[in-house]
This record gives sequence, structure tokens and C-alpha cells, in this order.
Amino acid sequence: MATTPAAEPKTNRIGLTVIDYKGGKTTLCAGCGHNAISERIIEAMYDMGVKPERVVKLSGIGCSSKSPAYFMNRSHSFNSVHGRMPSVATGAMLANRNLIALGVSGDGDTASIGIGQFVHLMRRNLPVIYIIEDNGVYGLTKGQFSATADLGSKLKSGVINDLPPIDTCAMAIELGATFVGRSFSGDKKQLSTLLKAAVAHHGTVMLDVVSPCVTFNDHEGSTKSYKYVKDHEETLQEINFVPHFEEISVEYDPGSTASVTMHDGSHLQLRKLEEDYDPTDRIRAIERLIRAHDAGEVLTGLFYVNTKAPSFIEMLNMVDEPLAMLPESQTRPGREALEAAMEELR
Amino acid sequence: MATTNVARDDATGHLGRPRIVNEMSIQVATVNGSGSQSSNTVLLRAIFQMGVPVSGKNLFPSNIAGLPTWYTIRANKDGYIGRKKEIDFLVAMNPETAQDDVMSLDAGASVVYDGPLALDKLRSDLIFYSVPYDKLVAAVCPEAKLRKLVKNMVYVGVVAQLLTIDMAEVAKAIRKQFATKAKAANLNLAAAQAGFDYAKTNLEKRGVFYIERMNKTAGKIIIDGNSAAALGCMFAGCTVVTWYPITPSSSLVETMIEYMKEYRIGPDGKATFAIVQAEDELAAIGMVIGAGWAGARSMTATAGPGISLMSEFAGLAYYAEVPGVVWDIQRVGPSTGLPTRTSQGDLLSTAFLSHGDTKHLLLIPCSVTECFSMAQEAFNLAEQFQTLVFVMSDLDLGMNNWMSDPFEYPTTPIRRGKVLDKKDLEKLGGFARYKDLDGDGVGYRTLPGTDHPAASYFTRGSGHNEKSSYSERPEDYENNMERLNRKFETARSFVPRPEISKGTNAKIGIIAYGTSHWGVIESRDQLRSEYGIETDYLRLRAYPFTREVHEFVEQHERIYVVEQNRDAQMLSLLKLDLKPELIARLRSIAHINGLPLDARSVTDELSNMEGK
Repeated sequence: MATTPAAEPKTNRIGLTVIDYKGGKTTLCAGCGHNAISERIIEAMYDMGVKPERVVKLSGIGCSSKSPAYFMNRSHSFNSVHGRMPSVATGAMLANRNLIALGVSGDGDTASIGIGQFVHLMRRNLPVIYIIEDNGVYGLTKGQFSATADLGSKLKSGVINDLPPIDTCAMAIELGATFVGRSFSGDKKQLSTLLKAAVAHHGTVMLDVVSPCVTFNDHEGSTKSYKYVKDHEETLQEINFVPHFEEISVEYDPGSTASVTMHDGSHLQLRKLEEDYDPTDRIRAIERLIRAHDAGEVLTGLFYVNTKAPSFIEMLNMVDEPLAMLPESQTRPGREALEAAMEELR
Repeated sequence: MATTNVARDDATGHLGRPRIVNEMSIQVATVNGSGSQSSNTVLLRAIFQMGVPVSGKNLFPSNIAGLPTWYTIRANKDGYIGRKKEIDFLVAMNPETAQDDVMSLDAGASVVYDGPLALDKLRSDLIFYSVPYDKLVAAVCPEAKLRKLVKNMVYVGVVAQLLTIDMAEVAKAIRKQFATKAKAANLNLAAAQAGFDYAKTNLEKRGVFYIERMNKTAGKIIIDGNSAAALGCMFAGCTVVTWYPITPSSSLVETMIEYMKEYRIGPDGKATFAIVQAEDELAAIGMVIGAGWAGARSMTATAGPGISLMSEFAGLAYYAEVPGVVWDIQRVGPSTGLPTRTSQGDLLSTAFLSHGDTKHLLLIPCSVTECFSMAQEAFNLAEQFQTLVFVMSDLDLGMNNWMSDPFEYPTTPIRRGKVLDKKDLEKLGGFARYKDLDGDGVGYRTLPGTDHPAASYFTRGSGHNEKSSYSERPEDYENNMERLNRKFETARSFVPRPEISKGTNAKIGIIAYGTSHWGVIESRDQLRSEYGIETDYLRLRAYPFTREVHEFVEQHERIYVVEQNRDAQMLSLLKLDLKPELIARLRSIAHINGLPLDARSVTDELSNMEGK
């Protein structure tokens, strides 16, 4: 019997297969939304042809923060302390401005213990893709409410949440993040598209991804269950992303579609499902988010994008070469410098 | 008339007493925010320029303006630059504290005071000089709103005349102080001269203290420890600095910003560094760790409250093995404590900062020279051992002015430790991050961004095996912790060795560290000349302790551990390290009033404990 030659594996634009973007086997619960997000990250990085060695995966503590172990094994990863991943990510980017930082956090890790560092990360517009895997509960400690749990949402034990949620997207927009959206772990196309556009953006990307906890928060009465999100999801736009290395094949009507040119030359085409929604208008964005809460909607889409604001790395005016790689000749001034400094002190 | 200033009791006055040359302490009592810092610096520099060894210590409140502040200048021909307990010459400018300031003086001291305060009524065993400051300053400073700032320069002139400090040196120091402000320089020159002229015409010198030219400061510099540390870090090749303002560490980074702007920006205007003011100390240390992980030479500077906040991250850096340098400019705790007073109170908590079995390398500079040199050692050790290195300075060292030889240009190249690059990985094929290949407990690391498919590893604060994979296996945990201990033991032979100074057949040893050094070296001379007590002395420069420390304790019957905290923290650390039979030899001399340690306090206590 003649053997059939193995088909050449499919590769992306830098010659890597999707296997090159895989991670370890997940230890999260079967059906956990976080695993779907890991899959979308793998897809987006593969499709964009991002070199895995340029990516650093950073996280805090919690179920979400474990997930960097389950994608992109060829990227360095740092599972840091609870709620403090933003500072570690900031340090890494200061050391090496060529890195692509991907931060994975959870709703507890971000909106409670980590709210301080989250706020300042957004404010700096550091180039980082910050993903909140948002399920409204603390999974690893068995299901207590987090600060993104909606008013009136119910725990399995019957406890009702009586405090209003923190809307991390509204906060991020107000504070200065320049690419802010919300998606759903079950919405493959939207999440994948947003992640690809995130790679093309230079500045802080903040994506709140509702990601149901199948063990502790997927029941009747929860506002973060698969069923609730599917029933209440309102999509702001249909998003089409054309990466810089592809031709634009479909032209949209500028009246019904907002087009955004990204930093790397990619194009984002947002076909409006709501009349007059302008994703470059911060005030409207925040107003729309507040209205969504009042209406009990799970609003998804790209809420805000700003491609003009300088990133934190640009503001620091550093040399092009990563600081971590500078040779001694550039980091230790010469003898004459010390002599001049001494002379001033005599 | 000012000439009516006559010593009330000639027996304690100048008559018949020998002149005391280049050996005195001058205390200036002012209100903070009144510009007295400039005047004090000018006075200090004028003495320095006359070749007389000098040091200045600022005792200031945690406040911006309006509260009492004292500045003490010590001139000493023998080069003792520690704090002197006794005040010989008081300049009383602050009405609020003047009475207490005068009452606390030893008999025979001199007091220059503002006429309206009428301090000469308080005591009859002091020498008083009354000066009409407002009248003098009004004559030289037409702008009323500037008078408050210039008034303090008048006393510089008065003191110069009374202590025979050369006015030409005062003028030179004023020009240096106000180098970029010609108008201010001229106003201050006039004010100093007015004080000098007044004193010359109206005050009869009756004290015994004189400043005379000598040649012990030629080529020397005057600098504070924080500036010295800033320079040291710059020459250590530091690339990332993160900080959160806190007294007394802020000036370290602020000075560093100035130096880095001057010397670390290329012709294209691009910086070879990033300095970031963080939102708090947790973020500051988090950034240090992120940057150190990604290959930068990163640092932060803080004080006790910041150290406490950094605790969790310090444990992460220890366990995940990430390099970084932390300067702790110690101030008085616990809690907010006395933010503007000095202490050595963070030793114990920093050595074991964080939960679980955590321990850290500490370097302990005693001088501005060591602030400069240890900055470089700290970065080298941090990268060699892939861990945090804490440099334990203090407020006295960091914020006060110290005379020093100029710093020497670093002679050793920057050492980046065990880092595998792309070429190494091409040869090796892969690596295990936490495997002890060399038996020294130190693994090999790669930097994020290294362009090789086998370069990556997973850094985590959770349990891990040699390959940095998550592990809860008991043997993985135990092996890893034992290796970390091995690494710490290796570090013993690499941290700065102690400095040992021997007496003659001494049975008593003194162990001290950091700024306690200055009080101790002077005290040893006092103990010898006043009590006939011979001592050997070991100055610790690092934790963990090196072999020499054990030997030193073995060689002496009694060891006095001198330090500036209540709980004998270094003594406690020594106890953990020493053989049980040696522990009983240790005795504590602890100094905790927030003022820099002075020799007299050590001498009194040690001689007393020796039954003398």
C-alpha cells in the first residue's frame, strides 16, 4: 500500500504553524470561558504572524492568571502577585520596549485587590494588551462575589449581590486607555477580531471579556452565566479587521461604517448597529455604558479607540535599543563625567 | 549699646583659658522654610575651604515651613565627623526654641542671639553676643519681602568674625551657593558683610574657639549620601529607576534624575534610562522586578514604610529569583515614626522581608564613598545572585553633608550574571531555569525577547520545579528551597567583607555598622585616653555575615554591638549565625533617640558596662 505523503502543515506569514502558539494542557474546569479566550489568543497571534519570542505573558493571581500557562509556550511568562501584574508589565516594557506585553487578569485581580495598579496602568497608556477574564466571582476560593458582579446577581448559595458593579471599561476610558472594548468568551468572531486589532494598537488595550465560571456562577439568577449573556448581549458594531499585510477587499459605506487606521497600517472597520455611535468620543462611550447597565444589557464591542495619544514608552524618550540590551559603553559614563561631577562638589 | 555684652562670670569666661582651635560644634537654631539651609551650607563650606575637616547635620521637622530646625556644624582638626553631643557655639534665631536651646548648653558655651530675645538674662555661665538682625538686614536689603530670607546670612558674618573664619572664604561660598542667581548672591554677600562688620565693631570676642587655616581638606569633596548613591547607581549602569516619594529617600532619585539628564542622554537627545514615579511603593518594587526580569538594571529608593509595603513583592523576587536593587534610607519607626530623624531600625525586618522562608542580601554603607561604591556592588550582586539586594543607608548618611575623598572611577566591568543568549541556546538546545548546574545554587536565566524557540520559561511565585513548571510535589519544593539556601550561602563569600581595626592586646571587641561607625571610631579613642580601655573593632558591611565575623567574636571575651535601634537588631541577626557558646559574649549598646550616634554616648555606656 502506498503511503500518502503528509500534507505540509499550514503556516502563517512568518512560517510558523498554529502548534508554535500552543501552551500547556489547561487545568481549568471543563467548559471554563477562560479556555476559549486562550484559544482566541492563539488564533489572533497566529493570524497576525506575531513572533512568540517577542511576546511576554503576564498575570496576577486567580483562575484567569493561571491561563498564560495554557497558550504560547514559546513566550516568556510571569505569574506575579495578586493584583499587581500592571507594575510588573510596566517594568518589563521599560526594560525592553520591543516586547509585546499581554496581561491576563481576572475581575477580582483587577477590580478589587488590583484596582490601584489597574487605574495607573490605564492612565499611563503603556503599550500592553490587558485582558480581564470576567466571571463576577472568585473561582479559586470557591465562588465569592467580585466587584464586577452585577447588582442583584445571585450566588449558588442564594446570596444576592447588593453593591453596584465596577465597570472596568468605563473606568479605563475615563482614565486614558486608548483601545477599550468588551466581548464574550463565547463570541469567537468578535473576540478574535478585537484581539487582532489589539496587536495592531500601540497603547493600552483594555478588553473586558465576560467569561462564565461554569462551576460557581453559571446558574439561574447569575448575570454572568452563558445563558444570561446570550440572552442579554447587545452588540455595538460588526467589527471587521484588515491587517496591514492584507488588501482591503470589501469597501464599506462611510455613512454606516466607521473606519480606523491603526498604528501599524491595519484597518478596523466598524459597521454601526447603533446610529451615530462614534468610537472616538469618550463621553458618548461612557454614557452608553451607563445606559447599558440601567437597561440590564451586556453591551459588547469596541467602545473607544484613540490612535493619536502618545504611549508611555514614547513619552519617556528612550533610545531605540531596549535598555536591557545596552552595552556598558552606553550605560556607564566615562571618567571625565565622574571628574566633572567631583569638581562641582569641591 | 551692644558693647555692654559682658560675661557675667569671668570664671567661666575666656580669661585665662587656652585657645581651642579647629575643634568645636556650632549649632544654628532656626525656623524651617526661612532660608537657613543656604546660610548653614555657606558656613560649612567656608570652614571646609579653610582646610578644616567639617561635617554638617540637619535636624529638621517633618514640615514645610514654620517649625523649629537645628543645624549642627562640627569642625574637627583630627577628622572626627560624627555628631558631637555637646554644643560649643549656639546661634539662636528661633524665638520659640531659644530658651530651651540656651538652657541645654554646657557652661562656658557661646550664644549669638537676636537682640530682642534678651537671652542673656537666662544664664550667667554662658558667653552672650547680641545682634540687632532686623536693623542690619534692613540696611542691606531694601525689599522688605526678601529680608526674611537674607536675615540668616547675617549670622554667617557674625560667626565668621567671632570664630575668625576668613570672610573671603565666606564670599566664595556664597558665590558658589548662588552661582546662577547674581542678585541673590549680591544681597547675601552684603548681609554677611554687615554681620561681620557689626561684630567687628561692637562685639568683644570672649570665647575660646577659633577656626584657623590648615590643609586637611585639599582635593576633598562635600556631598550627601543620597547624591553619592545616585552617582554610584548611574556609574553602575542602572537603566530603570522607579520610586514613590518618601523622606528621607526622595532626594536620592531627584538627584539621580539631574545626573542622568546630564550624563546619560545621548547627542540625539535620547535617554539610556527610564525613571518613573510610581503610584505607590508596591508599584515601584513591582516595576523594579518586571524590569529586572526583562534584563534591565533596575532600582528603587525608599524608607521603612515603603519597605513594609514591598514585603509581598520582595518574597516573589526571592522565590522567583529576579534581580533588583532597593535603597532603604532608614528613618525612625515604627509606623510613620519620626520621618525626619535617623535610625538603623529596618535591619531585621528587611533581612527577612516577606512571608515564608525568605532572606535577602543587605549591604550597609557607612560613608558617602561607600554609597558610591556599594551602589555598583549592589547591582553586580543582584544580577550574580538573581535576587534583590537592599542597601541599608540611613537619614544621617543620606541627607547630611559629609566630607570625603573624591570617588574613584569603577575599576571592574559591569557583571550581568548567568544569562543565556541566542547563541548559547543554539549550542545547548535548551535549559532548565532553576537547575543548579554549577553547585553554587545559581541557575541560568534567559531574557524575554531572546530570539530562540527554547528561550522562554515561566516565572512564578507559586511552587515550581527545575524547569520552572508549576509543581506541588514535596521533593520539588524542598529541593528548590535547599538550593535557594545554597545560593545564599554562596553569597557569603561575595558580599563586602567587614573592615577590622585592631587595638593593642584588646580583650574587648566592638561590632558596629553604617553611620554608627563615626561615633564608634571616636569613642574608641575616648575609651583609650580616658579609661585605658583598648578595643578591637569590626565594622559590618553586609548580611549574610562572612567568616571574619565569627572569627572576631571568637577572639574576644566581650563583644559590644553598637547600633541605632531599640531591639539590638544586628545583635539578633548575629545570634542566629553564631555558635551557641559565643552568643553569651554579645552585649548591646543601643541608641534610639533619632539623633545621629555620638561618641560620648558610646563611651559612657561602654565604660559603665565595663565597670569603669
